[in-house]
Amino acid sequence: MAFESFDAFIAMGGHGPYVWACYFAFFTLSILLIHWSRTQRKAALKRLARRHAGPSNADMEGTDTMATNGKTGADFARVNSSEQ
Amino acid sequence: MWQFFHKLGSPKWFYDIASRLMPWLLWSGAALFMAGVVWGLAFAPPDYLQGNSYRIIFIHVPSAFLAQSVYMMMAVAAVVTLVWRMKLADVFVKSAAPIGAVLTFLALFTGAVWGKPTWGTWWIWDARLTSMLILLFLYFGAIALGSAISDEKSSARAVAVLVLVGVVNIPIIKYSVEWWNTLHQPATFKLTEKPSMPAEMWVPLLMAVLGLYLLFSWLVCLRMQTEVLVREGRTRWVKELIQPGGNR
Repeated sequence: MAFESFDAFIAMGGHGPYVWACYFAFFTLSILLIHWSRTQRKAALKRLARRHAGPSNADMEGTDTMATNGKTGADFARVNSSEQ
Repeated sequence: MWQFFHKLGSPKWFYDIASRLMPWLLWSGAALFMAGVVWGLAFAPPDYLQGNSYRIIFIHVPSAFLAQSVYMMMAVAAVVTLVWRMKLADVFVKSAAPIGAVLTFLALFTGAVWGKPTWGTWWIWDARLTSMLILLFLYFGAIALGSAISDEKSSARAVAVLVLVGVVNIPIIKYSVEWWNTLHQPATFKLTEKPSMPAEMWVPLLMAVLGLYLLFSWLVCLRMQTEVLVREGRTRWVKELIQPGGNR
């Protein structure tokens, strides 16, 4: 340890407020950024799940139409529900 | 080689590889970074001139280092976007820009707070600080431009051009402490020389830098996966992934 006591560690020889302000800002912003990224991911997954549970599901079940119509048919069905 | 390059551009391949790498990146990065920071904060000896305020270095240098390095990675990805039209490169640029912006802001903020007890001022319009501020605005510009253009291809190209133009700023940041007289001290790490500080100071600093690199890789993978999911929402592999029991 470079410090004799816990109080000395917090005080940082008078520079405590500067040091701790930096570390506080660093960890707060990092956690916010990570949280925001995870929220975005969850929202994207939810949106996709809803889209597939919605009208496009009819297309998924009709395997024959999928095979013959191919991608385009499936795409049209999904456009309607994509911007919810 | 070309097959590998082609695979690398495949969003599904990326998604799977990223899922497998991410736990390793997160935990090794967090462990290395926290070990470096705790060592630096509590165990490294105080600086003979600056006392304990120098302990800000253990987050200031990693943030500043990453801020520039992320921009360089974005520039490489911008070249790939423009030359090979690889979508994943644009996904990287878009996902990394907010992280780069936060790191640049943190480098500036911790620098200002460190400057007060050390130089006697929060801010000074010298070369190093001004060029870092320009880097922050470049990140903001890339984010704003990317979200302003809705067409995926034009947005990718416009952001790539902006990022490439901004690359001029990087050598200015790097050499500003040598070309101009400035309050800022010279670089801590150089490839050619041993660090001028004792090992109890630079080893934890290096650990914090490497740890933050790993954590950045983890977060950029997470953000890229989200972006890939949104862009590839109509493909079969994403549908399979969304289904209950799909490996997200």
